[in-house]
Amino acid sequence: MYGKGIIKGLGVTLKHFLDTYIDDIRMGKKRYSDEGIEYRSSKDVRGLFTVQYPEEKLPTPEEFRFIPFLVYDEVEDGEREIRCTSCGICAKVCPPQCIWIERSEDPKTGRPIPEPANFYIDVDICMNCGLCAEFCPFDAIIMDHDYELAVYNRFENNIYDKEKLLKPAEYYLDIRPLNYQIQADARAEKEAKKAAAKAKKEAAAAAKG
Amino acid sequence: MIDLTLAIAKEIETRFPKGVAPDERSGYEGYLVEAGKLVEFATALRDELGYDFLSSVTGVDYMPEEKMEVVYHVYRSTGGGALVFKVQVPRQNPVLPSLVEVFPGADFQEREAWDLLGIRFEGHPNHKRILMWEGFEGHPLRKDWEEAYFEEESKPFDARWPGGDVYRAEDENPFTKNVVYPQDFNPETWIPDGDKALYAGMKEIETDESLETEQIVVNLGPQHPSTHGVFRMVATLAGETVVKLEPVMGYLHRNHEKIGERNTYLMNIPFTDRLDYLASMSNNFGYVLAVEKLLGKKAVVPERAEYIRVIMAEFTRIANHVFAIGTLLNDMGAYFTPMLYALQERELILDIFEAAAGSRMMCNYYRFGGLARDLPPGVEGKMRDLAFERLPRKIDELDRYLTENEVLRARCEGVGVLTPEEAIAYSAVGPVLRASGVPYDVRRADPYSIYDRFDFDVAVAYHGDVYDRYLVRMEEIRQSIRILQQALDDLPEGEIMTGKPRYSIRVPAGEAYGRVEGPKGELGFYVVSDGSANPWRYHVRAPSFINLTALSKMCEGDKVADAIVILGSIDIVLGETDR
Repeated sequence: MYGKGIIKGLGVTLKHFLDTYIDDIRMGKKRYSDEGIEYRSSKDVRGLFTVQYPEEKLPTPEEFRFIPFLVYDEVEDGEREIRCTSCGICAKVCPPQCIWIERSEDPKTGRPIPEPANFYIDVDICMNCGLCAEFCPFDAIIMDHDYELAVYNRFENNIYDKEKLLKPAEYYLDIRPLNYQIQADARAEKEAKKAAAKAKKEAAAAAKG
Repeated sequence: MIDLTLAIAKEIETRFPKGVAPDERSGYEGYLVEAGKLVEFATALRDELGYDFLSSVTGVDYMPEEKMEVVYHVYRSTGGGALVFKVQVPRQNPVLPSLVEVFPGADFQEREAWDLLGIRFEGHPNHKRILMWEGFEGHPLRKDWEEAYFEEESKPFDARWPGGDVYRAEDENPFTKNVVYPQDFNPETWIPDGDKALYAGMKEIETDESLETEQIVVNLGPQHPSTHGVFRMVATLAGETVVKLEPVMGYLHRNHEKIGERNTYLMNIPFTDRLDYLASMSNNFGYVLAVEKLLGKKAVVPERAEYIRVIMAEFTRIANHVFAIGTLLNDMGAYFTPMLYALQERELILDIFEAAAGSRMMCNYYRFGGLARDLPPGVEGKMRDLAFERLPRKIDELDRYLTENEVLRARCEGVGVLTPEEAIAYSAVGPVLRASGVPYDVRRADPYSIYDRFDFDVAVAYHGDVYDRYLVRMEEIRQSIRILQQALDDLPEGEIMTGKPRYSIRVPAGEAYGRVEGPKGELGFYVVSDGSANPWRYHVRAPSFINLTALSKMCEGDKVADAIVILGSIDIVLGETDR
C-alpha cells in the first residue's frame, strides 16, 4: 500500500509523543530532581530527554575539563603554599600558547626561586585540551569544572592572573576525588622512598662512623 | 604481499628504465618521477598495474634544498597498500603537468597545492585558488611565508617563559605590521577578481533542451542552513535544472597545516579535534597512526589501548552517521524531528566521551603509543549498555521511522547518481564510494590497528544515489555495533600506554602516511619529519574536502532542490573541508 511507510514512521513519532507523557506521569515530581536528570541521560530514557538549563544542570563527570586553575595547599595560619614551581612545562606544552609565567627572583641573590611571580592564562585562547594538567610534574595545574565564564568585556576580564587562578586543594579534591587520590598516593610513595633512601644513607653513615 | 610489491617494482623498472627511480632518501619510500614522465607513469599505473584510486596529492616545500615536491599516494580499489610517487620541481618555478585527465580526483587537491604552495599544474582545467581568495598575496604554506601576528617559527614561543611578557595579538593594528598588501591596494574598495572570473565561467552553458529557458546563476550559500556551515555553491540553472555547479569554499580556512608545522607533534593532537569536529576521535586516530609509523618501535600500543581506540572510533562513527542522517532529513525539509531523535543517541555517546576523555567533542584522547588515560570506573558499563541494548533498539526504530517513508524515497531515489567508475575516478571515499557499489573500506582493504580481528561486513549498495548513501550509513551503524560488541567482550585489562607519557618526543626523519576509515571516509595524514621537534610537513587528506570534487558531477541534470539533498548526502563538515 502506498503511504504505509509514512504511517509506520508516524507511529514512531506518536510513540515518542506518548512516551514523554508516560515518563512524566510515572516519574512525577522526581523528574525534576537529580535522580530525574540522571534518568534523562541514561539508556532507559524514552520520552523527552532535554535538560532545562540553567535551572537544571547535567552533572559533570570527573574527567571533564575546562580552563585550568592553580592549586594551593593551605598550611598553618592560613598561609597559602602554591604548588607551582614555575618550571614552565605547562607553558611549553600548551598548544595555543596561552600560558605565560613570570619567574620570581630572590631579591638578595637575584637567583630564581621556585614560585611564580605571576602566572597568566588567556582564557580566550585556551582550547581546554588539558595538556598542561596532564604533564605538570607537581600536580599544580588542574583542569576546572566551572564552565560558566561569560563576561561582558573580554579585554578586561579574560586574562586570568595568579590571584584569579589560585584555588585551594580542597576544591580540587571536591571536583576530582579519584585523580586527587591517585596523585596524593603517588606523591606519598615518592616521599616514602626518599625518606627510606635517606634513612638508609644515614644508617650507613652511622655504621661507618 | 611482498612478492606483489616486488613484482610491481620490477614491472615499473622494466617499463620505465629512465625517468623513474626509487626514492632512496632514508625514511622515504616510493618513486621519484621526472615531471615529463608523470602523465605517462600515472596512466600506466592506473591502466596496467591497477592502481586506479588516487588518494592524496600534496606538495612539500623543501626550502633548504630549493625544491618543491609533489607527493601522490595511489591505491588499488580492490585493496592493499599504497604506491607513492613524487615529482621534484625547482622551488623558483614549480611547474608540472596536471593529472586531472588521468585522475579527476586530483582536481581540488592540485588547486589546493597551487593555492597554498604555489605549485603550478599545467593543463588543469580550472586553475584557481581554492581555499584562499583570488588576489591573496603569497602562498601561505611556503616555509618563508609569514602570517599576520607572526611571532616565531615554531612553538613553544620564547616569550611565554620565563620572561612572560605577552600581549594580545588583536591589540596590534592589523594594517601595520606583518601584513603585506600589493602596491596600490586598498582593502576598502577592493572587489574580488575571483568572483568575476567565477561568474564568467558559469554563464551561458549550452544545453540540448528543446524548451528555451533563460539561464541564471544562483548563489546557494555561503550562509544558508542547508549548506552545513559557510559553504557556497554557485549554480547555473536552466529553469530549475542545474546545468553547472561549482563549490566555493575556504570561508573557514585557518591554515591548519601551517599551524601544524609550527606545533610540536603532541600539540597537534588537540588541533586535529577541530578538523571534523563531529568525529574528533577518528581524527586523533589517523594522526597518531601516522606519527606512530614514524616512531616505529618507540611507540608500541598496548593491547588494551588498541581496543579502547577501536571502541571510541566506532562510537564516533555511530554518532557521526546518526547526525548525518538527521541533517540529511533536515535538508529534505523534515524539519528537526528526525534530527532530534538522532541527536539523542549521539548525546548518550558524547556522555561516554565526556566521561572518558573530558570533553564531548574536542576529545584529545589518543596519544602516541597509547591513550591519554584509562577509562574511568563506570564508563565500560555505560558503553555496554549502549552497544548491547540501546543502540540496536534505537537503530531499528530509526529504520522503521525513515527507511520506507515514501516521501523520503521519492526525494532520494535516483538523485545524485554516481557510477562506480566515476566514484573511483573522483577519489570519492567513505559512504559515497560504497553506495556506488565499490566495497572499499580502509578497515578491510588496508587494515590498521586491530581491525583484522573483528568480524564485520563492509556496507555496500549499488545504485549510487542519495537513498543508497543513506542505506549504507544505516548499515554501517549496525556493523559498528557489531564491532563494538566484539571489542567490549574482548576488552583486556592492562596498561594503556607504554612507558611514561612524554611531552617532547623526537621523531626520526622520514615520511609517513597514516590513514583511517573515518566516518566521512578515508582520512589520511601525511607527515614529514626532519628529526626536529616540529613536523616539517603536516598534511591532512580530508574526506569531506575531496568528496566535494564529485559534487558538481552529481548535481548536473538534477533539480536545484536536489542539489541541497545531494550535498547533505555527502555529509561534509566545514571544519575539515576548509581546514
